[in-house]
Amino acid sequence: MIEVQNVTKRFGIFTAIERVTFTVDKGEVLAFLGPNGAGKTTTMRILTCFIPATEGIARVAGFDCFQQPMEVKRRIGYLPETLPLYQELTVTEYLTFVGRIKGLSAPELRTSLDRVVERLALGDVRDRLIANLSRGYQQRVGLAQALLHDPPVLILDEPTVGLDPKQIIEIRELIKSLAGSHTVILSTHILPEATASCQRVVIINNGRIVAVDSPERLSARLRQSEKISVTVKAPPSDLADRFRALPGVMTVFESSEPGSFLLECKLGRDLRDDVARFVVGNGWGLLELKTVSMTLEDVFLRLTQHEEGVEDAGGAPGAGQDVQTTEHPRA
Amino acid sequence: MTPVHAIIAKELRAYFVSPVVYVVGAVFLLIFGVLSYLAVVNAGTQAIRLMQIQGAAAQLNLNDLVFRPTFYSLAIVLLLVLPILTMRLFAEERKLHTFELLMTSPIGVNEIVVGKFLGAYVIYLGLLALTGLVPFVLSVYSSFDWNPVFTGYLGLALLGALFLATGVLASALTENQIVAAFLSFGVLIVVWLLGALGSILGDTPLGNTLSYLSFIEHYDRLVRGLVDTKDLVYYLCGLVLMLFLAHRVVESQRWK
Repeated sequence: MIEVQNVTKRFGIFTAIERVTFTVDKGEVLAFLGPNGAGKTTTMRILTCFIPATEGIARVAGFDCFQQPMEVKRRIGYLPETLPLYQELTVTEYLTFVGRIKGLSAPELRTSLDRVVERLALGDVRDRLIANLSRGYQQRVGLAQALLHDPPVLILDEPTVGLDPKQIIEIRELIKSLAGSHTVILSTHILPEATASCQRVVIINNGRIVAVDSPERLSARLRQSEKISVTVKAPPSDLADRFRALPGVMTVFESSEPGSFLLECKLGRDLRDDVARFVVGNGWGLLELKTVSMTLEDVFLRLTQHEEGVEDAGGAPGAGQDVQTTEHPRA
Repeated sequence: MTPVHAIIAKELRAYFVSPVVYVVGAVFLLIFGVLSYLAVVNAGTQAIRLMQIQGAAAQLNLNDLVFRPTFYSLAIVLLLVLPILTMRLFAEERKLHTFELLMTSPIGVNEIVVGKFLGAYVIYLGLLALTGLVPFVLSVYSSFDWNPVFTGYLGLALLGALFLATGVLASALTENQIVAAFLSFGVLIVVWLLGALGSILGDTPLGNTLSYLSFIEHYDRLVRGLVDTKDLVYYLCGLVLMLFLAHRVVESQRWK
């Protein structure tokens, strides 16, 4: 549905995005993840025909964004980063105007208006001036604007900014409900957002794509080993060495907190059972036992802090873990 | 309802919910009223003087004494007032980022430019229609030739269209409304002064060219009651040129 091939955008000498390539299938929800200034908005603006790419091809629903912008614009609903709202209009007036410039006929407009107002729970504020609405409502009016002409492709630039937690959940539900019938690209720098509502994540940093995959697979790809955190009530002084002697355990990190250890095991093996039996069997008292999985947050930090990206993920184990290790854990 | 209508409707709505139209309209109508009052009073004193000299009631030419000076002064007022009307058209859209909505909607840049221009023009024609009260009231108490008044209004309508189109172009160039207003003042005054320069140079090729380029010579003929195709062509060409340039400017913003 959306095809981006080697798209580069330069502003003077500044390169905003470089050779960005990805595709989005029909009905898929894709998250664009990256720190501020990574090139998310630039990519979206190219897809919505707001700015042309310097090089490369961007296609939406088979239409080239540069050659056939009208066809592309007809099929896209776009929520820009800064809400495009006319403060002096009421919600109904604003949506009516948007519907007209999107080319809806009067009867279509009436039904579409009722549909989005109901879908985004704007019924109470229909006749209020946009200027007087709270940020959360304004955001929803912005979303209503993007959904109004029921476009097959939705491009949402940070759709949940400024919303309260309840509204964020509502918007995520809304986006999930759009999946299947609509193709959605949303950008965010908030990670749970990507995991919550998207099937695929594109991580972009400094204008380059550093990874494209599902949230689960991304964290799995970057995880070199399974990690287990153990807290023992009365550890013997050589417990670290004893853990190390267990079959399957590769390394043991001793935490600064007494009795806390981080065991690193071979990928694909869950040693929790063995560790529990080992500790309890020896009567040391098991206080806590859990696996430490790499969250998307860790993946994100690792990918965007190391220029080389995925291939570089081998170094520094334990980055972003919640267990503090001593300075020389292998001692 | 076509997209152009939608833009016009939105612009009209925006004008009427903001104080701009009320302030601009009130000032414009007040100045027009004062100007025509002064002209009428002046005509009155001249009539009394003529009566003292000739000893009989003189037939005064209201077209010469009232309408022509009023129309001339009004051109200067338009120069000051109309840029205020147009300054927000594009500058505000860009400031509020609603420009992005317009540019990602399936409407052409020409539709946006024409829609915005027509929105402002409708307001202007409305104001112009209200000034029609003055000749109407005068016609009750005296008699004069209506034709030069109509051509004067035609001149005002054309001059205003040119000024507004210049304002649309200025507004497209910047996101600061004050800069947009000032830019259109500047351009209009310079073009006006070209005419003055042309008349100083007199009947030389350069002088004639400069006079022709300035809108004031063409306006002058219409106010005197002369409808010449070349004047109409001048205004239409100016209007199309300004709107075309505005179109290019808006379009080029995508490339920055």
